[in-house]
Amino acid sequence: MSYRHPPLHNVASSAPQNRSWLYAWHLDSNLMQALLFLMGFGLIILYSAGNESVHTVEGQCVRLGFAALVLIGVAQIPPNRLKSMAPGLFFMGLLLLMAVMATGHVGKGARRWLDFGVIRFQPSEIMKLALPMYLAALLHEKILPPPFKTIALCFVIILIPVGLTALQPDLGTALMLFLTGFCVIFLAGLPYRYLALFSALAAGAVPLLWHFMHAYQRQRVLTFLNPETDPLGHGYHIIQSKIAIGSGGLFGKGWLMGTQSHLNFLPEHATDFIFAVAGEELGLVGALVLLLMYVWVIWRGCRIAYTAQDTFSRLLAGSLTIAFFFNIFVNIGMVCGLLPVVGIPLPLVSYGGTSMVTLMAAFGVLMSIQTHRRLWSQ
Amino acid sequence: MNAYTRHTWRWVLLLICVGLAFLGLLFRFVQLTVIDRGFLLKQGDARSQRIIERPAMRGMITDREHYPLAITTPVASIWVDPQEFVADEANLKTLSGLLGDSVPLLKARLKSNSGKEFVYLKRHISPRLSKKVMALHLAGVHTLREYRRYYPESDVTAQVIGFTNIDNQGQEGMELAYNQFLEGVPGKERVSKDGVGHVVALLGTVREAEPGKDLALSLDHRIQYLAYHDLVEGVAKADAVAGSVIVLDIKTGEVLAMANVPSYNPNQTVDPRSPTLRNRCVTDVFEPGSTTKAFSLANVLLQGKYTPNSLIDTNPGWLTLNGRVVRDHAGNEGVIDMTTVLVKSSNVGTAKFTLTTPPNSLWELLHKVGYGQLTGSGFPGESKGSLPLHKWSDFTLATLSFGYGLSATPLQVANAYATLARGGIKMPVSFVKLPNPPEGERVIDAKVAEEMKIMLEAVVDRAAVKAQVATYRVFGKTGTIRVLGPTGYDEKRHTSFFVGAAPASNPRLLVMVMLQEPHKGYYGAQVVAPIFSQIMEKALRTLDVPPDKLD
Repeated sequence: MSYRHPPLHNVASSAPQNRSWLYAWHLDSNLMQALLFLMGFGLIILYSAGNESVHTVEGQCVRLGFAALVLIGVAQIPPNRLKSMAPGLFFMGLLLLMAVMATGHVGKGARRWLDFGVIRFQPSEIMKLALPMYLAALLHEKILPPPFKTIALCFVIILIPVGLTALQPDLGTALMLFLTGFCVIFLAGLPYRYLALFSALAAGAVPLLWHFMHAYQRQRVLTFLNPETDPLGHGYHIIQSKIAIGSGGLFGKGWLMGTQSHLNFLPEHATDFIFAVAGEELGLVGALVLLLMYVWVIWRGCRIAYTAQDTFSRLLAGSLTIAFFFNIFVNIGMVCGLLPVVGIPLPLVSYGGTSMVTLMAAFGVLMSIQTHRRLWSQ
Repeated sequence: MNAYTRHTWRWVLLLICVGLAFLGLLFRFVQLTVIDRGFLLKQGDARSQRIIERPAMRGMITDREHYPLAITTPVASIWVDPQEFVADEANLKTLSGLLGDSVPLLKARLKSNSGKEFVYLKRHISPRLSKKVMALHLAGVHTLREYRRYYPESDVTAQVIGFTNIDNQGQEGMELAYNQFLEGVPGKERVSKDGVGHVVALLGTVREAEPGKDLALSLDHRIQYLAYHDLVEGVAKADAVAGSVIVLDIKTGEVLAMANVPSYNPNQTVDPRSPTLRNRCVTDVFEPGSTTKAFSLANVLLQGKYTPNSLIDTNPGWLTLNGRVVRDHAGNEGVIDMTTVLVKSSNVGTAKFTLTTPPNSLWELLHKVGYGQLTGSGFPGESKGSLPLHKWSDFTLATLSFGYGLSATPLQVANAYATLARGGIKMPVSFVKLPNPPEGERVIDAKVAEEMKIMLEAVVDRAAVKAQVATYRVFGKTGTIRVLGPTGYDEKRHTSFFVGAAPASNPRLLVMVMLQEPHKGYYGAQVVAPIFSQIMEKALRTLDVPPDKLD
């Protein structure tokens, strides 16, 4: 927990002469390439998963295009502006979350949506960006490593939106928000002893959490622990997706040849369970290619965070990258039966969802951080 | 603040965690795709691949000339899986409009099977209508290829052919007796089905459906048709409750025609309890009465002590045996010869002759010609009647000699007379066309059988004249018995019959006609003999049998 100066070669590596025309648009070419590859691969999988519907692919392209515009827009905002916007964004998000509690649109048994006539969206999506931004802005002003008072304040800030989201109920997003916020504190230098304390507290909270869970949430956990006990009900999803991945083998059954997805055995095969389609049709090799693209994105995100020039940028870029990783890990872990079923889509591949826009906005933030750096003068 | 705290160790820790997570995923992939692959592959196939049965087409039933009597046509049935089908008003209304069943009826059908996954919504509709229903693409609505049976001769052949149920299983008659032969072996196909159970692809044929074989019956549809229609007419004329007719080919034992009135239409839904379903010719038993006298007198002739010309004194028209009276219905016949005993159907004469024979000999002869035993026709539900063996008293032996105290089906009586007509050789009855006549078994001495034929011809010539057929010599015997009611013999209800064969010089056809409870006329000779004559004449001419009485 010592303070160190950044190594100078990191700064020198992004010398002006290496910068492409993309740089002028505040876009990071490396991350952009990774994202484009991922989107392309995602569309190929979606064409098969969406029962070979051109219409589905077109809809996805429109969404991706819109999200890309958001990315480009966000990338133009310098980190300093982002920092000053953070409190406003956070409290607006908080207000919207409370509005959802009061008037929200009920969809699939939960109150998650706000309906503005033209568009419906989930305020918790705003929180995915606003929470780490606000925390990073807050910690930017504080002495690091943070003392107890600051840490306590941060946790209060985290728990309010997490609690509101959990009450909707949307446990998956609540968990994601918590992890993102925690990541900010961790990267800011959360002392080891607190880490140990929190681990102990988390372990102790499990029975308490169980007590407050909804019946369907308990069922999901139980089913996750032993899907075969309920093969026609709640275990159905996991069993079908395990079969899809396993039967694909090393090289898969071939694109458009998957029986589990094309014969409608695999539920939600164009959205949350799309990874199983990739596994069934393209095999272990295809799954690894997809995974490697994700690793590329995460690696680049971590690098942007690590070389960021101020605390706000570093904390924000780091937590957004780790949040992206959690998204992937929770989804793929769920699809291959390692984690319980949580309704989180596979980033950039799953069909639809407002979460894609948030995600691209987050990448816009990363690009802004990377491209608004000034040459460091010693 | 000015410190650029990078916390490099924290980044390393974080990246190690991320790396471990990806490693965990990788490990899981390998586990699923390599280690568990075989099991999961099998599970996948178990979900999407099914072996389904393809029903085989049921064989045709034809007459001896391969004229169709029962045929099969493809139809479709609509079934639903109530677990998937959305039974809302709109769906039910569209289905109701196409299928013709009312919405509440469809609703009730679904509701009573709501726990199941298979309910027939409508069976046996035209393939074209089924295509229209499937074009709606309603979830949980499926079609099934089925077959339906048609009987072109309808009521004419109803009881002999029988019918199948909606699942194409024989229920009655020949459909039941030869069900396995007719139904064939269903084929098996491997198909892939999607998550809602629709067949999406045919993967291969495991076993071809083996269509059922065609069954050629011994019936001659021309004789069947004329016999049935003459019987319908005769039953109406005599105002009888029911009637039956049998036409046998004496040379082979084959049934050329067999019909019952009233009949039914097997193409419509059949009430399984209806008495019209019964093939009375083989299922109903009655006391054969006077028709038995031919065998009683044959038994007397077989003992060698008497000839057809031997005289017997029937005075005074009755006879007291063991304190009970045996009576002739036509009054006192006086001293008459054996032929006249048969012609006049004298109970006293028959009894007196029979009492001269060893007590068990008559029973043995009746047993040998087939009474109390199945005819070998294999017809479902055939009755074997009863021929009890007693310690005979004079009275019981006398009543046996004129046909009481035993029971038989019309087919048994017909076959016993066919045995006489064949010169004493017994053959099993067959409903199926035979390639060669079966090996017969001699049960009556040829000379006695010949004498009996002449005596029976005298019956037709002198008493039952209405049974005569132009240009053919006919022999036969009438019979009239009282119907057994709940309190013994009913004086008012009778069953009349005539059994006879022609041409007498070389017998070819045997016809037996029976009327139950004719209200106009009483004795067999009056009401049944004309029907016999009509059917016999038309049948002989249909078969081009050469006449033997061209005076």
